[in-house]
Amino acid sequence: MLKFALSRLGTFVPTFLGVALISFAFIRVLPGDPIIVMAGERGLSEARYEELRQQYGFNDPLWVQFWDYLTGILRGDLGESFVTNRPVWDEFFSLFPATVELSLCAIIIAIALGIPAGVIAAVNRGKFFDRALMSTALIGYSMPIFWWALLLIIVFSGNLGWTPVSGRIGLLYYFDDVTGFMLIDSLLSGQDGAFGSAVSHLILPSIALSTIPLAVIARQTRSAMLEVLSEDYIRTARAKGLSPGRVNGVHALRNAMIPVITVIGLSVGTLLAGAILTETIFSWPGIGKWMVDSIFRRDYPVVQGGLLMIAVIVMIVNLFVDLMYGLINPKIRKR
Amino acid sequence: MADASSQTGKSLAGVDRRPGRLKEFWSYFSENRGAVFGLYVFAAFLIVAVFAPLLAPYDPSTQFRGHTLQPPVWQAGGEWAFPLGTDAVGRDMLSRLIHGARFSFFVGIVVVVVAASGGIVVGLLAGFAPKWLDTLIMRLMDIILAFPSLLLALVLVAVLGPTLLNAMIAIALVLQPHYVRLTRASVLAERSKDYVVASRVAGAGRARLMFITVLPNCLAPIIVQAALSFSTAILDAAALGFLGMGAQPPTPEWGTMLADAREFVLRAWWVVTFPGLAILITVLAINLMGDGLRDALDPKLKRS
Repeated sequence: MLKFALSRLGTFVPTFLGVALISFAFIRVLPGDPIIVMAGERGLSEARYEELRQQYGFNDPLWVQFWDYLTGILRGDLGESFVTNRPVWDEFFSLFPATVELSLCAIIIAIALGIPAGVIAAVNRGKFFDRALMSTALIGYSMPIFWWALLLIIVFSGNLGWTPVSGRIGLLYYFDDVTGFMLIDSLLSGQDGAFGSAVSHLILPSIALSTIPLAVIARQTRSAMLEVLSEDYIRTARAKGLSPGRVNGVHALRNAMIPVITVIGLSVGTLLAGAILTETIFSWPGIGKWMVDSIFRRDYPVVQGGLLMIAVIVMIVNLFVDLMYGLINPKIRKR
Repeated sequence: MADASSQTGKSLAGVDRRPGRLKEFWSYFSENRGAVFGLYVFAAFLIVAVFAPLLAPYDPSTQFRGHTLQPPVWQAGGEWAFPLGTDAVGRDMLSRLIHGARFSFFVGIVVVVVAASGGIVVGLLAGFAPKWLDTLIMRLMDIILAFPSLLLALVLVAVLGPTLLNAMIAIALVLQPHYVRLTRASVLAERSKDYVVASRVAGAGRARLMFITVLPNCLAPIIVQAALSFSTAILDAAALGFLGMGAQPPTPEWGTMLADAREFVLRAWWVVTFPGLAILITVLAINLMGDGLRDALDPKLKRS
């Protein structure tokens, strides 16, 4: 196991260097001189321009710049936003909880509905429930989520008036960030209705974001269950006279979970990519919206830093899933 | 010439009395009713895309100033002149949707061809290359895959400039690693088989081994992947268009149309609903077809 873990870590380091190199390269190939962009409308004198180039290290050889960038990352220094002049690192972590909260709710919805749907479909293979559930899953899988989010807004915010259109909490409520998670903070604040407001703001974006992982989990659970259900030990369990609920729910599902867990782990990347669209549509103040806004504002340090941070998070989650997988399934370790 | 070859084909099939590969494929494919349905829908969209200028009642950019935000025909205020209503500047929705099919298919085909051909060549190289080159290529693919694909495409388009062409390049680039991995995995599985060894012993060169001996036997999963990435390409291009980083208005691309329609979300449901529905139906049809292709071409991958 240790050897397996070390070999996975061994591939982590070069991938990290490559990811850093790509995010480093972006700011050098983006159109427009970053210094001119930073100066904005005011423009700046020749002398000041040179001074700034010197200050930001654009005059150094590229490899020196990359080295400074790398050592900066390890110190938690990703540069400062051109727009707000705050460190990118701080901005990232002040917005990150919003994205985590949204993604966690989405993945909880996806797991809570996807796994039972997959199990029901597999147990009723070829029958009405199987067809209905799997057709729905395929529609969910094919859904353009930016459109789906707009439809949800039309129906639930427009026609029914049940939920607000955007933001994280009503304007009436104000309280300090404690955990950064609006659901917890609103409860801690003790204000009447704050928690309800937070929930009603969260519900539509989480549904929109959960759609694709939900479909993927349901499809994966079904196929894993079908594979397991044809195994000998399931026949044995049935022959012992165990109830179908016990056979399907305990014996089969437990062994079908391994590929499902992998899919859940891999959906972190999907969630972060989906968050770009979902957060933009619902004006959810998280990482996705921050990245899109920064791309349009040409706020290069933010684009660069955000791209790197998101990739590193995806890599860490994938590494974690791989290690878990190796822990659960000894066959994987011997590759 | 074409006649002669089809004649030989016929007589050969007659002598053989063995169902042709295409027929065999069709018999597996048509078992899956969803897949056949998907194929029909796909064919319909293909026809719409090819004959768009003939089918569309109006030019997609003609603005009927007297008819802005007119609802579809079955709602009060709608009329047959604009069956699916008009948008905020009075352009006919139906004509724009029909022309939009062209862009989506164009995107799908270009992205799949670029991503697949690039991915196959790199994957074959990795499969046949010495260990160090193989490792290098696969690490490179890992790096691309570490970024969420839509985010990487978005940033790439920001670098290249927001046009439909650049969006297609970006999407092809982020989809390509999947082909590399798939091709390499099949090559590694095939490479040690007897027929490859026999071919090598017979003196086949490396290029012949790669492209003529091994590649045809690796194609099944790649074809399935091509169908699936066709739909991913359409979705991603629409998403980029929606974010303002793909086709630019007034191009009647479906995602761009949705972006234009965003401010009317609560006032005019039809300008939002129809472009999205067009995307959903197209993508769904292709995914249905992809599932059928997998069942027919690749029994190993069959989702039982």
